[in-house]
Amino acid sequence: MFQLFKFKGGVKPETNKAVSVTAPIAIAPLPAQLIVPLHQSIGGMPRPLVKAGERVLKGQRIGDPDKWISAAVHAPTSGTVVSVEERIASHPSGLPTLSVVLEPDGRDEWMERAPLDYASLEPERVRERLRDFGVVGLGGAVFPSHAKLVAAKAVPMEELVINGAECEPFMTCDDMLMRERAEEIVRGVGIFRDLLAPKRVLIGIEDNKPEALAAMRAAVQIVGENFEVVAVPTRYPAGGAKQLIRVLTGKEVPASTRSPEMGVQCFNVATAYTAWRAIAHGEPVLSRIVTLTGNVEQPRNWEVLLGTPLRDLIALGQPKADTTGYVMGGPMMGFEMPSLEAPIVKATNCIIAASPTLFPPPAPEMPCIRCGACAQACPHELQPFELYWFARARNFGKTQEYNIFDCIECGCCSYVCPSHIPLVQYFRFAKSEIWAREREKNQADAAKARFEFRNEREEREKAEKAERLAKAAAAKAAAAKPASEGVSAQSVAVTDNTAATLDPEAIKKATIAAAMERAKRQRESVQPKNTEGLTAAQSEEIAEIEARRTPLQKPTDQGEENSAPAIEK
Amino acid sequence: MLTAILIMALGAVILGAALGYASIKFKVEGNPLVEKIEAILPQTQCGQCGFPGCKPYAEAIAGGEEINRCPPGGQEGVRKLADLLGREVKPLDAEEKPKQLAIIDEQTCIGCTLCIQACPVDAIVGAAKQMHTVVSSLCTGCELCVKPCPVECIRMEVIEESIDNWKWKYPVIELKRVA
Amino acid sequence: MTHYLFIVIGAVLVNNVVLVRILGLCPFMGVSKKLETAFGMGAATTFVLTVATGATYVIDHFLLMPFGLEYLRTISFIVTIAAIVQLTEMVIQKSSPVLHQVLGIYLPLITTNCAVLGVPLLNVANKYNFLESLLFGAGSAVGFSLVLVLFAGIRERIEGADVPVHFRGVAIAMITAGLMSLAFMGFAGLDKYR
Repeated sequence: MFQLFKFKGGVKPETNKAVSVTAPIAIAPLPAQLIVPLHQSIGGMPRPLVKAGERVLKGQRIGDPDKWISAAVHAPTSGTVVSVEERIASHPSGLPTLSVVLEPDGRDEWMERAPLDYASLEPERVRERLRDFGVVGLGGAVFPSHAKLVAAKAVPMEELVINGAECEPFMTCDDMLMRERAEEIVRGVGIFRDLLAPKRVLIGIEDNKPEALAAMRAAVQIVGENFEVVAVPTRYPAGGAKQLIRVLTGKEVPASTRSPEMGVQCFNVATAYTAWRAIAHGEPVLSRIVTLTGNVEQPRNWEVLLGTPLRDLIALGQPKADTTGYVMGGPMMGFEMPSLEAPIVKATNCIIAASPTLFPPPAPEMPCIRCGACAQACPHELQPFELYWFARARNFGKTQEYNIFDCIECGCCSYVCPSHIPLVQYFRFAKSEIWAREREKNQADAAKARFEFRNEREEREKAEKAERLAKAAAAKAAAAKPASEGVSAQSVAVTDNTAATLDPEAIKKATIAAAMERAKRQRESVQPKNTEGLTAAQSEEIAEIEARRTPLQKPTDQGEENSAPAIEK
Repeated sequence: MLTAILIMALGAVILGAALGYASIKFKVEGNPLVEKIEAILPQTQCGQCGFPGCKPYAEAIAGGEEINRCPPGGQEGVRKLADLLGREVKPLDAEEKPKQLAIIDEQTCIGCTLCIQACPVDAIVGAAKQMHTVVSSLCTGCELCVKPCPVECIRMEVIEESIDNWKWKYPVIELKRVA
Repeated sequence: MTHYLFIVIGAVLVNNVVLVRILGLCPFMGVSKKLETAFGMGAATTFVLTVATGATYVIDHFLLMPFGLEYLRTISFIVTIAAIVQLTEMVIQKSSPVLHQVLGIYLPLITTNCAVLGVPLLNVANKYNFLESLLFGAGSAVGFSLVLVLFAGIRERIEGADVPVHFRGVAIAMITAGLMSLAFMGFAGLDKYR
């Protein structure tokens, strides 16, 4: 019998999963337009590789990963790039992000796919492949997987945990994936195992998914691996990485420590699936399984191309008349989609149609009575009521003392709060304020360093200039000496005398005259040089350049009119 | 009577000597407080406080100057200074502006380098008779380059909210409905 | 031995200088906005008070009493305390300039802190010997620091609370101090089992 451990806290909300597992995964039809945001993972913003009007093939790379923590983005189908522009992102802010707008040609023409025999390759090449094929954590955090496939140097990798818990209510995309494509998941896990070389591989699945458990066990048998498929008790948030690691291995990952330092690493089942497709079939991540459920006539799981606008997806489920909005992610951690135009992205695991009966409007917030229910529910053993107290008073230093950054925003505290306080909202607010302050602080430090460097440079330049002048003066004096040596000492005395006797007015006049003389000479020197004896071709070229320069220096109205439509395009 | 005076005088001499020795022993070099104040100031080096840069202003604050002279720091900055120094929070001595960014109209720029000389953080690049441009990630929005420009081609633009600097808002509290 | 223990406990809790004897309210209200400064002020006062009780005992017994100058007691105590405070101020300015800035005017005001003058005078009134004086001084100082830190902790928390507008600031602080004083009165119950 496999020994399971317990994590503290957690809640047991109504799962609402049964409705969306009756039908198998269906392939969503090709939409009229795809909006593929370039930034679909944690880390660097990928650089666009295509321009408007360009034809792309299915699987062609359209966004190049920026730095190591980043993942490539690909064209989900063949077609023409309409534009590369800012479009509404699938983000709670509803702000735009740089996206590639693609018009499919309906032929779904693949680029050349090259399967990789990863066993013969260096691990580094395999990681690069995963990065270039856009493999990221599909549990919802979208952290680039290749960056997680590195064992800690000092600690041997003991357990590889594969997360099939799927604890969020309503969500069944991993469940269905495990039921239907278990073998490929297991093979993907095999890749991770080969890269990390752990002693054990544990696949954790919540015990409310017996079909998925059976399918995965069968697949492990077929593939002939020694992975352990373990049923874990159904309790939210058992699917949190730290919680699942705790349940399966008994290891507690401390605050601000990454799990490889404890000899564990955790991946989602869907990530393993896409990794296998990327390595063995040469297919980048172009689609994902999305659960469409809630207030719809036909809840089920769809395999949806990334970039499909929300409007096209929900039409497949036929939302009921009283649908008020759409939640991306689960009811515990999800957020309302800002617009029907927002696209499905790698992080979109579930879309729930909301209605007043399904999600009644939140009850009015009442004062905190410090009952401690939130502290009992918190899976990270934080004290949400203390965090709330300080976040509400905008005392962010104190929230950090109470470890606000260990909060995973799972929503257990808000769920149990008898005063209906939206605790997680306060924590998100406090966290983003702290990040903003950090950013400002870094900017201020950089500005200070640059300012100080500039001052130092100016001082140095001043000193250098003074030195140069002193040298020049010394040289001048040295040159003047032999000339004046012939002149008698008497005349020197006379000039001294005249200088003393001359009135200040005359001296001023002389200085002005000298300055004018100098200015005149300078003016002459800036006259165009080498203008004599040019060939006809050369002078023609000069005239042409001058002609080009004039409108730039003084833009005419016409020029501006011409440039405006160009920007709109 | 005489003993009383003598004893008091003796006490005064001993205490005076002890204090004099201590003042030499515990002499404070410079003012370490200035560094702590400077860390709070936003380092725009804009001079809107009336001092040439953030450090001089920090020194002035340590010397008793008002803490509400820094518009880029905003009310938040005043609050932090008040917190550090144990002074009263005062309203900002100017209107608070959102964070801005200088932008050079490249069509109009004549390449005079005056703005380059004015920029306190070297955020403008360009050379004589060449077009200049602002490196936006380095610009502190101090507006010092706006005035020197002879052709008025520099304008200040408010930094728009984007996904990268978007913040979760303070939760709106719904008051209890009375039926 | 128990006699000394009773002096200390009596000074810290039962006859707490601030909440029971109502001495030294000025820094109690003034520097209790933040926990850190309360700690600093507590430490400074503890140091001053302990040294002052020792020094004043020596002065009282070896200078004033032999020469029959008891009538100069108050003024000579004040001068001694002032000198010790000056010394403390210099040390703090050197070791922690921020604390020095934050304590601000309250640091030199330790001189006129009635607790600091009151405790040596109480020593004389109670006819304590040198060790008893020191223990009583240190105990009172610890009591002062304890109450100051507790009060600062409460005030930091009050900052986040929805206090009715008219009660914000000093008003709610006064109410809090009153409640704390009532609570400390409860320690008088320890007295019964002496």
